[in-house]
Amino acid sequence: MTDLIRLTDVEKSYTRGKEKIAIFDKLTMRIEQGDFVAIMGPSGSGKTTLLNLLGGTDRPDKGSIEFDGKNIEKLSEGKLTAWRSANVGFIFQFYNLMPILTAAQNVELPLLLTRLSPKQRRENVATALKIVGLEDRAKHRPRELSGGQQQRVAIARAIVSDPKLLLADEPTGDLDRTTADEILSTLQTLNRELGKTIIMVTHDAEAAKFAKRTLHLDKGRFDERELAA
Amino acid sequence: MNDLTLMSKNLWRKPVRTILLIVSITIAFLILTLMLSFNHALNNVNTLPTRMVTLSKINFTESLPIAHYDRIARTEGVAVATHMNWFGGYYQEMPRGFLPVFAIDPETYFQVYAEDLQIPAAQRDAFFNERTAMLAAAPVAERFGWRVGQRVPLRSNIFTNATTGADTWEFTLVGTIPTPAGSSQTGSVLIHYDYYNETVTFGRDRIGWVPFLTTSAQVNDRVANAIDQRFANSQDETSTQDEATFNKSFAAQLGNIGLVITLVVGAAFVAILLIVGTTMALAVRERTKEVGVMKTLGFSSDRVLRMVLGESLLLSFLGAAFGVAAGAGLLSVLAAGGGGGPQISFAPIVTLWAALIAMALGLVTGLPPALQAYRMRIVDAFARR
Ligand SMILES: Nc1ncnc2c1ncn2[C@@H]1O[C@H](COP(=O)(O)OP(=O)(O)OP(=O)(O)O)[C@@H](O)[C@H]1O
Ligand SMILES: [Mg+2]
Repeated sequence: MTDLIRLTDVEKSYTRGKEKIAIFDKLTMRIEQGDFVAIMGPSGSGKTTLLNLLGGTDRPDKGSIEFDGKNIEKLSEGKLTAWRSANVGFIFQFYNLMPILTAAQNVELPLLLTRLSPKQRRENVATALKIVGLEDRAKHRPRELSGGQQQRVAIARAIVSDPKLLLADEPTGDLDRTTADEILSTLQTLNRELGKTIIMVTHDAEAAKFAKRTLHLDKGRFDERELAA
Repeated sequence: MNDLTLMSKNLWRKPVRTILLIVSITIAFLILTLMLSFNHALNNVNTLPTRMVTLSKINFTESLPIAHYDRIARTEGVAVATHMNWFGGYYQEMPRGFLPVFAIDPETYFQVYAEDLQIPAAQRDAFFNERTAMLAAAPVAERFGWRVGQRVPLRSNIFTNATTGADTWEFTLVGTIPTPAGSSQTGSVLIHYDYYNETVTFGRDRIGWVPFLTTSAQVNDRVANAIDQRFANSQDETSTQDEATFNKSFAAQLGNIGLVITLVVGAAFVAILLIVGTTMALAVRERTKEVGVMKTLGFSSDRVLRMVLGESLLLSFLGAAFGVAAGAGLLSVLAAGGGGGPQISFAPIVTLWAALIAMALGLVTGLPPALQAYRMRIVDAFARR
């Protein structure tokens, strides 16, 4: 298998007031194409920060991040934004749908950044909603949907432009067990059948079982044995 | 769906708030429309560079002896002179029936205001030949439903008719004067000075003011000096000005009202600016997380900036459009419903001004939140606080 992502000697710190808080110090890791990785770890260990770096919504202080053999850490703001819309789908804990848009319009949002015709966009939206099993809720507003349904819309939005990488930050953190399991099987299907590489942060050991492997992060460091495996 | 759909959906996210904003912007633009149209009507009467007017030095409501007229007419450089009196006329009732009725000398009046008196020769001759004849601006006749040939009783709130002892005179409408934009005859009703002069109980052989044409605009100053010096130190001193200057000083008399209106409009716009500005800033702040999501999905900062700016422009243009439409509607209702004085009609130039001001309002109120959204970093948008 080829590596989709390669992090080399990544350093990242935040300054809060005068204090400098190091989150990552020379973090090196790789993630293969088609992998489904669960990342677990205590609060404040750097999980969200890692996803931000991988998804290009934040930049490392030092080190390199390769995606598909290309370095993304030095891309200009505009190029990085374009890269993100083409290659990464984001799934958030609190869904983050636009309340003013219907489910279908929420899913269509990332397609406004493409050159697809309105007809093609409608087709892609329908396909994405079908994959998450919500084709009959296309005209509903987020507040007319349950949490699980909203998260499905968010997943449809994340996959509609067919990115290679899906990043999910506690996607089931706000859902009950049954609904969570449904969402997790959907992610599993996306990984197995559509070959999406998925990196999922979770606090829930049950959720992590849906992934191919689990990495534990603590104070900005991964368990070395797990990384090597 | 496109960016415009997104903008308008964002705008209507809180309908009550948006409607209140639009209503307040509409009111500001309504006032602006009325004020600019009023101003436009005052400043845009056609003038002739060779047309001048002599009036009493005291003020324009003071009359002059008729003998002045003959002397002015014979002054070197004066091509033709006429004279006018304010009749204080109204039809049926005040103030609805108020009319600017002028008692004039028909033949010379038609020479001095020739360009605005293009009416059929038959109507003109009928007016010249019948002492009790009357001409009315076409919109006036239309407003009161007068037909040519009809006898119209007009009343005066100044004079009494010596023949009847009442304040009513009967006139025959013999023609109507078309009044395109800028016509000096807008709203006028013309009657014969001779008939007026013979029937009034006081103020006989007095005239209101003397409009005249000079042989060339170059002699205007010389003519004005000659006339005013001729009557200097007499019982009735005069002041002679060219028409444009006269109109301006007439407008200046109304200038204090104009200043008040300007201040009111200015205050209204400052208030609107603050209200819309803070509301837009608040609206965008409420959407911090959504801006973060948009940027995460790959919307560039430029595009986010344009969308916020577009939203505030949409808001101010909607309000401006409603305000100008309401103003134009109100002016046409006022014109149709009577109310006297020179008719103030909607000036199309107002649309241009309103568009410029709406643009400025949209940019000024939208730019701060747009820049805030532009600069917002994704990690900060999602930061827990
Ligand atoms: N924008 C920021 N500015 C300053 N410090 C930050 C910022 N973002 C994160 N941090 C700090 O970096 C550390 C790691 O944060 P991060 O959000 O990655 O943790 P996490 O593992 O996702 O935690 P949780 O499980 O609570 O979501 C924390 O100490 C946090 O306070
Ligand atoms: Mg986190």
